[in-house]
Amino acid sequence: MLSEIERRELEDAVKHYPDKRGAAIDALLTVQRHRGWISDESLLDIARFLEITAEDLDGVATFYNLVFRKPVGRHVAFVCDSISCWIKGCEQVQERIKNLYEVDLGQTTADGRLTVLPIACLGHCERAPAMMIDQDVYGEVVPEKLESIMDKYK
Amino acid sequence: MNIERPLTQHLHPDGSPRFLREYVAAGGYRSLRRLGTELTHKDVQRLVGESGLRGRGGGGFPTATKWSFVPMGPDVSKPKYIVANGDEMEPGTFKDRILMEGDPHGLVEGMIMAGYALDAEVGYIFLRGEYHLSAQRLNQAIEEAYAAGYLGKPLPGTAFRFDLHLHSSAGRYICGEETALINALEGKRAVPRAKPPFPQTVGLWGQPTIVQNVETLYNIPHIINHGAEWYHRLSRTKDGGTKIYGISGRVTNPGWWELPFGTTARELLEQYAGGMADGVRFRGLLPGGISTSFMVEEHLDLPLDFSSFPPEVGRLGTGTMIILDDQTCPVGFVLNLERFFARESCGWCTPCREGLPWVAKLLMAFEEGRATHDDLSLLEMHTKWLAPGHTFCGLAPGAMAPLQSALRYFREDFERHITTGGCPWSKQSAQQRVLV
Repeated sequence: MLSEIERRELEDAVKHYPDKRGAAIDALLTVQRHRGWISDESLLDIARFLEITAEDLDGVATFYNLVFRKPVGRHVAFVCDSISCWIKGCEQVQERIKNLYEVDLGQTTADGRLTVLPIACLGHCERAPAMMIDQDVYGEVVPEKLESIMDKYK
Repeated sequence: MNIERPLTQHLHPDGSPRFLREYVAAGGYRSLRRLGTELTHKDVQRLVGESGLRGRGGGGFPTATKWSFVPMGPDVSKPKYIVANGDEMEPGTFKDRILMEGDPHGLVEGMIMAGYALDAEVGYIFLRGEYHLSAQRLNQAIEEAYAAGYLGKPLPGTAFRFDLHLHSSAGRYICGEETALINALEGKRAVPRAKPPFPQTVGLWGQPTIVQNVETLYNIPHIINHGAEWYHRLSRTKDGGTKIYGISGRVTNPGWWELPFGTTARELLEQYAGGMADGVRFRGLLPGGISTSFMVEEHLDLPLDFSSFPPEVGRLGTGTMIILDDQTCPVGFVLNLERFFARESCGWCTPCREGLPWVAKLLMAFEEGRATHDDLSLLEMHTKWLAPGHTFCGLAPGAMAPLQSALRYFREDFERHITTGGCPWSKQSAQQRVLV
């Protein structure tokens, strides 16, 4: 069941569109903000609210990579792997994360602290290599700086 | 009047935002004061036409021509929509972010003016999900504009009222394609739609819709304020105005600069980016995102604009260029691009869904020393199989532009991968590591 606050936020989101379905992506992201990810149960709750089928909504949820249909860690690190960051060494950043936290791209650390995902160009190419942790973007990420950045995300 | 950089002259150097008070004090929202009998919607359309404004998202389509397909008059189905395409996901491109983060009201004003020109009363800003800072600042700007009466109320002297919404998306490069974007805004999978009908007549929720790049919209209030002649004088070529150019890669000073349209790559590289970084040499560049063709030394003095680009060189794209240096493997470079395209293909049409992973696997074979000369011809065949006309939208043909041009300019590097049985660059760096 949607919580009171989730329901209120979804009702606000719907106001921006001529039909409820228009708010499908907003609704998925809103519930994800509260619950961390979109479980089958969450999907059913949202589909019922939007008055569309769960299958239809799942088609939407699985299309967009920022909607998580599997549980993620307390924090999500998105490592940009597009060209400007590749030139400037994003592979070394990925490697360093793997060594420090024993986690590969697409995985979550055993303690549930961190999920690491690849991401398309973050639009910070002038400060490559870039990464985003939760909603914070970091530029000029050299492997040596990673630990001090990650310290903020326990 | 001596305004040389209309879009960025007031941006704070530290990247902090300009909100309503500061924006208005510097002349913001001035373009809206003359609306009505002094400036009808036809006048705005005419001025934009005379200015020669062309779409800054990469296509370079003349804005006034795009607008001319929108049905006008009292019998037209309402509402009509204006959508700002802020799904800036073209790798190497970061110009719209600079504008939205620094000057969110500029986009609001541009959208109101475009809405007025087309008698379209509802606007959406379609923003990529990763641009959280832009989202925060645009939301504040929209709230301020409602409170100040620029949004949600008839504008003085007119019966025109404009409403504006922000839609934060949830990833996927294909959302930047205008019909895929429309599906995404409707809460569906972002798969492109068949054209015709074009969005100008049948778009968002079946209504007439204009989808316009963010930088394009920022230009419109300035054209209205200062006129088409002024706008042409900003430029060195036939295309009016300035362009926000950018450079990334191994250069001394990567960044962005608003410059006269038609500035050359050599000027950007040498005067603005400070030349190549220490120890590396220039080999080539992609002029505007990864769906453009490589340019090499001989092209550096071409004006970077839409109309003077020779077709054999390709197209300008977004104007934010990516530099290939001599310490970077061109095959590895193209492999990175094709993996991106393969991952971001929406999967709707077979040639794109199946062809792009095939291309990426072939390039991987070069990097791993398994490639033969037959693979080189297979790559070449793909540039034809995935050419325009063979796929549902422009994603795969865009993916073939850098590949085809790399096969032309860096052919010997592909061949060296075959003859030496792997990537000479990674062997080089492995050797260096051993020496260290």
